[in-house]
Amino acid sequence: MRKAASLLFAGGLAFLLAVLVAKLPFGETPMVLGKQVLAQGAEQTGTANLVTSVVVGYRAYDTLGELSILFTAALALGLVLGKRNAAAPRDPDAGLVLRASADLLLPLLLVVGFYIILHGHLTPGGGFQGGVIVAAALFIPILARPSRGLDHGVLVWLESLAGALFILIGLAALFQDGAFLEPLLGKGELGRLLSGGTLPLLYLLVGVKVGAELTGLLVNLADAEAVE
Amino acid sequence: MTEWLALILVVMMLAAALAVVLVPNLVGAIAASSAVSLVVAVIFVVLRAPDVAMTEAAVGAGLSAAVLGLGVRRLGLWKLNEGKKDDA
Repeated sequence: MRKAASLLFAGGLAFLLAVLVAKLPFGETPMVLGKQVLAQGAEQTGTANLVTSVVVGYRAYDTLGELSILFTAALALGLVLGKRNAAAPRDPDAGLVLRASADLLLPLLLVVGFYIILHGHLTPGGGFQGGVIVAAALFIPILARPSRGLDHGVLVWLESLAGALFILIGLAALFQDGAFLEPLLGKGELGRLLSGGTLPLLYLLVGVKVGAELTGLLVNLADAEAVE
Repeated sequence: MTEWLALILVVMMLAAALAVVLVPNLVGAIAASSAVSLVVAVIFVVLRAPDVAMTEAAVGAGLSAAVLGLGVRRLGLWKLNEGKKDDA
């Protein structure tokens, strides 16, 4: 009986998907917005990378939503993990090779991460990608030396500050121009590091927030005592 | 040329995805899921979506594997030799 029900469900789902596929025009986008952005994006926002002009320009409000989703996920993880059992033993430090390469990788990955964040409006990449790399850079030394730990206070401050500044820039645009998170500060010359108005600033804040949040999340997870 | 490259990549991705389900060892399954994301990232590069490829490589291949691995460790299921016949 249950097998028949599952089969019926799967068949129904396949039928719905087939209907959708049959109705969709293949190989052409039904959206007109994409063409508009491609035609006018660089001119309107002043960013050479059009993906960034969408992510923190036209759809900055969605990015704010993504940031809050990530924040909620990190919060939920902290709640589920709870407080660490103080009596539980910590993992021993890793061997020399892993410790030395972690120390070598830290500055290298930090530079790569911040390069990707700061050049988000010029080349592929941006706050989310760079933020994840920064988080990895900060997490690898913890993985090599689990006993050392990390100061969560600084991370929490950085994260809150970045999130608050993101919203404040949006509110400033609201009061000045009449639209929340509208780009400010002039566009500058296309392709220069200092161009695109507030968009690189917003992406830097995204990068700092994502980096701090994910570092805290990973360290929390790694710090949790393992079940024997 | 691009079609053949995409075809090979898709086959590799499907093989890695099958490995996620079939490998009895949890650590190996996590590594295979990371490999799926890695191949998907290469496919995104071939399809000229470098932004998405970077996200996929950083989040899919790196971060999610780390989170899964740490979760497995937290649950006490981190066993490297599980599923081997000569493990006794």
